[in-house]
Amino acid sequence: MYDPTVARLTYRGLLGRRRALILGALPVLLIVISAAVRGFTGADDQVAADVLGGFALATMVPIIGVIAGTGAIGPEIDDGSVVYLLAKPVKRPTIIFTKLIVAVAVTMVFSAVPTFLAGLILNGNGQQVAVAYTVAALVASIAYAALFLLLGTITRHAVVFGLVYALVWEALFGTLVSGARTLSVQQWSLAVAQKVSGGDLVTSDVSLTTGTVLLVVVTVAATWFAGQKLRTLTLAGEE
Amino acid sequence: MAVEQPQAQVPAPARGGEQTRIHNIGYRNYDGPRLGRAYARRSLYSMSLRGSYGLGRSVKSKVLPMLLFVVMCVPALIMVAVAVATKAKDLPVDYTRYAIIMQAVIGLYVASQGPQSVSRDLRFKTVPLYFSRPIETADYVRAKYAALASALFMLTAAPLLVLYVGALLAKLDFWDQTKGFGQGLVSVALLSLLFAGIGLVISAVTPRRGFGIAAVIAVLTISYGAVSTVQAIAYDQSSTDAISWLGLFSPITLIDGVQTAFLGATSAFPGGDGPSSGQGVVYLLAVLGLVAGCYGLLMRRYRKVGL
Repeated sequence: MYDPTVARLTYRGLLGRRRALILGALPVLLIVISAAVRGFTGADDQVAADVLGGFALATMVPIIGVIAGTGAIGPEIDDGSVVYLLAKPVKRPTIIFTKLIVAVAVTMVFSAVPTFLAGLILNGNGQQVAVAYTVAALVASIAYAALFLLLGTITRHAVVFGLVYALVWEALFGTLVSGARTLSVQQWSLAVAQKVSGGDLVTSDVSLTTGTVLLVVVTVAATWFAGQKLRTLTLAGEE
Repeated sequence: MAVEQPQAQVPAPARGGEQTRIHNIGYRNYDGPRLGRAYARRSLYSMSLRGSYGLGRSVKSKVLPMLLFVVMCVPALIMVAVAVATKAKDLPVDYTRYAIIMQAVIGLYVASQGPQSVSRDLRFKTVPLYFSRPIETADYVRAKYAALASALFMLTAAPLLVLYVGALLAKLDFWDQTKGFGQGLVSVALLSLLFAGIGLVISAVTPRRGFGIAAVIAVLTISYGAVSTVQAIAYDQSSTDAISWLGLFSPITLIDGVQTAFLGATSAFPGGDGPSSGQGVVYLLAVLGLVAGCYGLLMRRYRKVGL
């Protein structure tokens, strides 16, 4: 199910040249902001939860998920070089699974690690805030990577649709319509984080069971469907 | 086949020996009018502007810009309908505030259309073809910049027009509304210039469209997310002075600051503490500096053609 060559090529495509720069810029910004906030206000659990929840989990994790998830397959389909990969005797679901593993790993490294560091800087993991948000970022990474990898196989405008989901659906509708929050990766991962922290700093709108079940269902279904999609992939011409 | 014309205008250089000859095979020269640089620039501008709304491109590429345009205008229509129906004394939203509220849509538009405008030229290596015409770097950059800025201005000004017409239909005070509408137009013009510049500079770096989209949206939303998070914390710490200075670090808060200081808007900063007039000058300078800087960077980018 895991093909090292495909993985190596995907890693190179994801982290090569300038892509790694934009992936690295966001975590650096988060850590700089955390350091600035710490210097500004001192250690404060509520402030730490605000920064990690508002900036790290709501903005940074989805964007990194979009870049890594769609970037794992999108450019190859876009420039047509995916046919060379598909022509090899490797099962299509294997390709998807391998690319998913890579996308998940990259998203985790670039979102969960800086979240944990930022949490340590902000309040030294007081009330388990840093650990809780790191767990949320880890869990969200898996779901986001699977979801956006699927988008990458469905449409050529995967990045735009991914961003529409991440920014408009989760951020805008999530704040206006409370029902939209039930269908949001962010809230599902927060449900897991709430269990970890146990305090009332990290709260979610969905229960732990709902969150976990939906996370698993979405990840598995998206991966399966992406594999099916890749089996019948048609290479369209340029617009 | 070759029609030999020994007395043609081009004399064959005799040094190559007796065997060397140049055949004039009788192609006609072009002697019609040459439309020149200004015409080429104008064509590039109108092509790019139409392209920003998907006109002259496939149906698929019309969907997104048109959809964003509709999403941008529908809230204005609803507000107007409510204002007319309830005979309100004032519109529910200021003209200057509208673009700030809808910034996610504007950001998505810049992110999707900026790379569309320049990345594909880089990717399919058509830039050298443009420069084989009588246009120069400055023409290309100006045409593309002006086209994206105009497209953005249409996107942001259309809902204001809807609000204005609606306000007049609802018999709100004419001079009051006209003043607000004018201020709103100035503010969205500045916003269009700033966003178009940022979007083009980022997307001109990469030939990959998808990557350009992600980079533009990341710069716009991450900077806003960072600034508003830190501002909220500064507000909690009741250091109001810091709030207005922090606004300098993201495009949309820059516009917010300028219109709060000079265009009679109420700030969207936490607590409504916008910059004072003195700080407003800094904001305005920052906006103009950014616009000029983006133009300079684009000129630098296209000084050497190709990748």
